Amino acid sequence: MTIRTRTNQARSLRNYRTCTLSGRYVATEQLKDSIGSFPDSRKLPFLASDSTFRISVETFGKALTFDEQRERINSLTYIPFEPILQRRIFFGREVGFADRKLLPAFQLKSRTYLGPTAMDAEMAFLMANQAKATSGKLVYDPFVGTGSILVSAARFGAMTMGADIDIRVVRDGRGPDCNVWSNFKQYGLPMPVALLRMDNNLPPWRSGLNEIFDAIICDPPYGVRAGGRKSGGRKILRGTVDPYTVPEDKRTDHIPSTGAYSLVECVHDLLHLAARMLVMKGRLVFFFPVLRDENGSEVKFPEHPCFKLVAVSEQILSSRYSRVLLTMVKVEPYSQEVEEAARLMHLEFRENHLKWLEEGNIHSSVFKPSDHSQIRADTKSFKDPKPKYRGKYV
Amino acid sequence: MRLITHNMLSCNIKGVTNGFPLKIEAEKVVEKEVDFNPDFLRHMFAKIEWKALVEAARSMGYAELPEDSPDATVIDSADETFLRKLHHALLELHLEEGALVCPETGRKFPVNKGIPNMLLHEDEV
Repeated sequence: MTIRTRTNQARSLRNYRTCTLSGRYVATEQLKDSIGSFPDSRKLPFLASDSTFRISVETFGKALTFDEQRERINSLTYIPFEPILQRRIFFGREVGFADRKLLPAFQLKSRTYLGPTAMDAEMAFLMANQAKATSGKLVYDPFVGTGSILVSAARFGAMTMGADIDIRVVRDGRGPDCNVWSNFKQYGLPMPVALLRMDNNLPPWRSGLNEIFDAIICDPPYGVRAGGRKSGGRKILRGTVDPYTVPEDKRTDHIPSTGAYSLVECVHDLLHLAARMLVMKGRLVFFFPVLRDENGSEVKFPEHPCFKLVAVSEQILSSRYSRVLLTMVKVEPYSQEVEEAARLMHLEFRENHLKWLEEGNIHSSVFKPSDHSQIRADTKSFKDPKPKYRGKYV
Repeated sequence: MRLITHNMLSCNIKGVTNGFPLKIEAEKVVEKEVDFNPDFLRHMFAKIEWKALVEAARSMGYAELPEDSPDATVIDSADETFLRKLHHALLELHLEEGALVCPETGRKFPVNKGIPNMLLHEDEV
């Protein structure tokens, strides 16, 4: 088959399938002869042991029972397919097995409240496992969104806590029975200890508070699917507008503007938060976007003197991008000296990252924080009673 | 918002040095039963600012906590009377509607539907 027919076939809706015809038959005997006389040069490549095969029986205008189909398939034994697998028999005592029932029960399509970047149930459980979420532990997600990661941690018995900059997500959801709380209720899980609206760039933790979380699990908003936001307004951050004072009478219901939150800043804040707030041996588990480089050059992951990277698990997303789940363990207590070392590490990481962005390839436009996603909808679309697409900010 | 959260938060407006503890202005307080987990409470107890918790519990109408922070023997003892009280104060009292007020500037952080809004305005960053 030429490439062209293959491409056209893939887009076709009415032409069900294109096949090369190796044999044509009226009766089974004729088919055998027909296949036998088909030129070897075109037949043999598909009969080799490195080529897999499957026989499917399809009919026009009639249905065959399963037994009839099997009979048809078995009648083709004269085709010399090379066997691919040798059959092996295992014998042993079962010691444990995976609870795959978790996944259908928690699958996203049956969850009430979802955002466009809600973490897939299986991945969320894997993340909770990496973080060693168990009973009596406190797990924090600084980018909680619809709570999909915390749901998995809660399922394993952990106490959960989440924060998000977007009040619509954490407080309102899509109604009284469609919000982060209801997602926990749906599975009979204990509610999060706390949900907060705050900016991870300017966290309101009291001074002296440290080593309180056992794990931090998150999927930070890097801007590939949902852009990160931080306090301060894009014009103020860019310096085109001087910081202004919000008038006294408007303060109560004022919705502060936010600006783009770059990957580098986001990672820095996350590592800083984790260094301070995780208990010793506590785990930081988060996704980090990477390019799949054909040249095989090594990816530079963010580093922090308090943390040891213990696992890097890649999830391939497309031919170009993948994301890696980084699992880090806190091995050094947080201190002023550590803070200085962390700052230097961060600067190096930042410089490399900026250089990479400046290369001006297609990837830089994906990973660079953009402003066209500015929350203009913040005040407007929220008053709109129709549940609109609110993707960007979840 | 439960008091365990209140105990972790402060006002982080630029220039504020004494943003903790935030005063609680309670409009609506609800009690929700939560499973008792002594291990979790012992773990948390070490991190609690006791005075702030006692004060906060009082402003929510719960005055059963001792004025002075009990020592480790009380926490580790088999008698769970104290832990039960701590459990109730930390996890079962909810500030559903109200505000958290900065002790230094008087800035109010609103609490709606149990969720405190700690986001700062443009001129506070």
